[in-house]
Amino acid sequence: MASIFQGVGAATSLSSSTSIETKKFHFCSRRSPSERKACFVVVRSGGVMVDGGLNRIGGRAEQLVTNAVAAKADTPAAATASKPGHELLLFEALREGLEEEMERDARVCVMGEDVGHYGGSYKVTRGLAQKYGDLRVLDTPIAENSFTGMGIGAAMMGLRPIIEGMNMGFLLLAFNQISNNCGMLHYTSGGQFKIPVVIRGPGGVGRQLGAEHSQRLESYFQSIPGIQMVACSTPYNAKGLMKAAIRSDNPVILFEHVLLYNLKERIPDEEYVLNLEEAEMVRPGEHVTILTYSRMRYHVMQAAKTLVNKGYDPEVIDIRSLKPFDLYTIGNSIKKTHRVLIVEECMRTGGIGASLTAAITENFHDYLDAPIVCLSSQDVPTPYAGTLEEWTVVQPPQIVAAVEQLCR
Amino acid sequence: MTLARRSSGFLKPLSTACSSSFLHRRPYSTDDTTTITVETSVPFTGHNCEPPSRSVDTNPKELMTFFTDMALMRRMEIAADSLYKSKLIRGFCHLYDGQEAVSIGMEAAITKKDCIITAYRDHCLFLGRGGTLLESFAELMGRTAGCSNGKGGSMHFYKKEACFYGGHGIVGAQVPLGCGLAFAQKYRKEGHVTFTMYGDGAANQGQLFEALNMAALWDLPAILVCENNHYGMGTAEWRAAKSPAYYKRGDYVPGLKVDGMDAFAVKQACKFAKEHVLKNGPIILEMDTYRYHGHSMSDPGSTYRTRDEISGVRQERDPIERIRKLILAHDLATEKELKDIEKQARKEVDEAIVKAKESPMPDEPELFTNVYRKGFGVESFGADRKELRTTLP
Repeated sequence: MASIFQGVGAATSLSSSTSIETKKFHFCSRRSPSERKACFVVVRSGGVMVDGGLNRIGGRAEQLVTNAVAAKADTPAAATASKPGHELLLFEALREGLEEEMERDARVCVMGEDVGHYGGSYKVTRGLAQKYGDLRVLDTPIAENSFTGMGIGAAMMGLRPIIEGMNMGFLLLAFNQISNNCGMLHYTSGGQFKIPVVIRGPGGVGRQLGAEHSQRLESYFQSIPGIQMVACSTPYNAKGLMKAAIRSDNPVILFEHVLLYNLKERIPDEEYVLNLEEAEMVRPGEHVTILTYSRMRYHVMQAAKTLVNKGYDPEVIDIRSLKPFDLYTIGNSIKKTHRVLIVEECMRTGGIGASLTAAITENFHDYLDAPIVCLSSQDVPTPYAGTLEEWTVVQPPQIVAAVEQLCR
Repeated sequence: MTLARRSSGFLKPLSTACSSSFLHRRPYSTDDTTTITVETSVPFTGHNCEPPSRSVDTNPKELMTFFTDMALMRRMEIAADSLYKSKLIRGFCHLYDGQEAVSIGMEAAITKKDCIITAYRDHCLFLGRGGTLLESFAELMGRTAGCSNGKGGSMHFYKKEACFYGGHGIVGAQVPLGCGLAFAQKYRKEGHVTFTMYGDGAANQGQLFEALNMAALWDLPAILVCENNHYGMGTAEWRAAKSPAYYKRGDYVPGLKVDGMDAFAVKQACKFAKEHVLKNGPIILEMDTYRYHGHSMSDPGSTYRTRDEISGVRQERDPIERIRKLILAHDLATEKELKDIEKQARKEVDEAIVKAKESPMPDEPELFTNVYRKGFGVESFGADRKELRTTLP
């Protein structure tokens, strides 16, 4: 294990695109180009597969997930490349991405509470400790501040740790390490140190988990300079974003959602990595742009069904990248539809939606026909009672009403 | 409020390997490696471990190097003091004078592949690790020639090639980072160690004990060094800690109390610690040291301690004086030669300051460099969102 520390610069080189039009990038496999037989697929937004930039493989039909939570999505099979792919749940997709990256690069290691022998509280790391050993899949004591700091220190030395918070809310204890050391060290050291950590964990409002276990930390972290934030919502993008986050040399916070772990989807067999800074076009449309992420995507799609029946044609974009925002995709959509609705699970005050509203207003004000509407959770601690909890979070009927109001 | 007063640190040379050479010595020989054995001022106190012996082997070359380096460090800190007063250094400036023996002794015992991480009192440690005076002063003054391109400041000195990991402003936050460095060293099985330094104020931080627990659990090669200068800014140690025996705080982790004003004691302790840690897991070293300046330049340093105390320590325990007396006792150089070395140090420092002043301040585009690594092709705006635009590299 100690001998595999070659310069992995080649393996993680991202060709930064100068023109925004070509927003794909190439991942060099560690094998030599002659050996590599197009074993991975570069994915552009819109779910269109482009094989190494040359041929367009058949587009993937859009899938409408009808339920807000964990349900079997009816996906048209055989839509990806020539192989049908395999079906799995979201936590298995995360695990697959993680395992592939650990296999590929010996410096990748996992640390967190109960990730090793227990297999992870959401089974994301199940089986990995048995395969890779206790040092690579490290069971830490309950000391978030310190093991996050440890992961960052290890990253300074060249390892690529993935730090798991059992629940995102626990990472508040590690806020100092994440903000000061993780985000800022690359800057304050004048570029000497890079911190290629991935901090991941489930957050969001679950099923009556109580206030402290239902926090949305993306709004607290978004101001930290130097970090990137992504939120996954489907098994497909979970695996792709996990792999991209691990390969990125920047600190990335990957937000998962407690209620989405059991979503089932068919994903390609080939290796693929997604673009960390790109938004996903879930449903193209004409009348209104609905921007959302994580679990709210499913509420929005449910509302979209109703809206379609009522004659509206919403364009749904899963922004995926919470920092930075993919203003290119979002901007193009706004230029088309001229109306924006943001649906998020964050709090109203200082949430992702608030920042997104500001960003859109500043950049695309001239293209808007109506003020931006932002639907977010109420500014209250999440109550335990089921009915109250439902009212805290944005529900599909509210989305429908908002669109109708917006498109008047 | 009692400071542990050591009896006068006048060291008697125990033995010299070959005394005749000294009779014919003229200018001090910088290559002489004949062994001199020196005894530390006080014996080590161990907790859960056998303390190493008081006798430390050294040689004239090392003695002269110690003196030269410490004189340079002392000069640098004094110069930083006057630069701060003339407003060329702004913000926070935490000076290390008085504590130089810790840095020097540690460097003598380890290699450049062993890692050091410390808090904000990092100027001399940076120098000890191979940093140049120009880089230090330029960084303090916020110029591009600085070690962090002027973007870090006094509290953020780093030197990656020399495994110096800084340079951290938040008290105690560097200890988990240090255990992470040790974790990576264990992961890679390279046989190096990490010295994680913190102060007596940070010793009361919870994350320290969390990190210590993990280091002990996984036998990480981490040496926790508490630089106990007896004051956490304005609060004396007896007012902040129920048990100021910081070397014992590890409980199941062995500890060693060291006279931090004696460079040889520090050297012996670090050597011992490195050997110990590679076999047995973490150890705590408590360096009993003292800072002459206040906590930082905005602290006069005399409201919570008497001037008599400061001058008392300066007279009895000053690390440079100790080395000077040793050199004179062993006849390795004359008084004048030592004064010349100090003059040379002053000259070097002055030259470095002049050069640092010539270095430019960073330009505006520098504001956005190194925020991300291999970032994305997204445009970024300045604070006014209209004028300053850059594409993140």
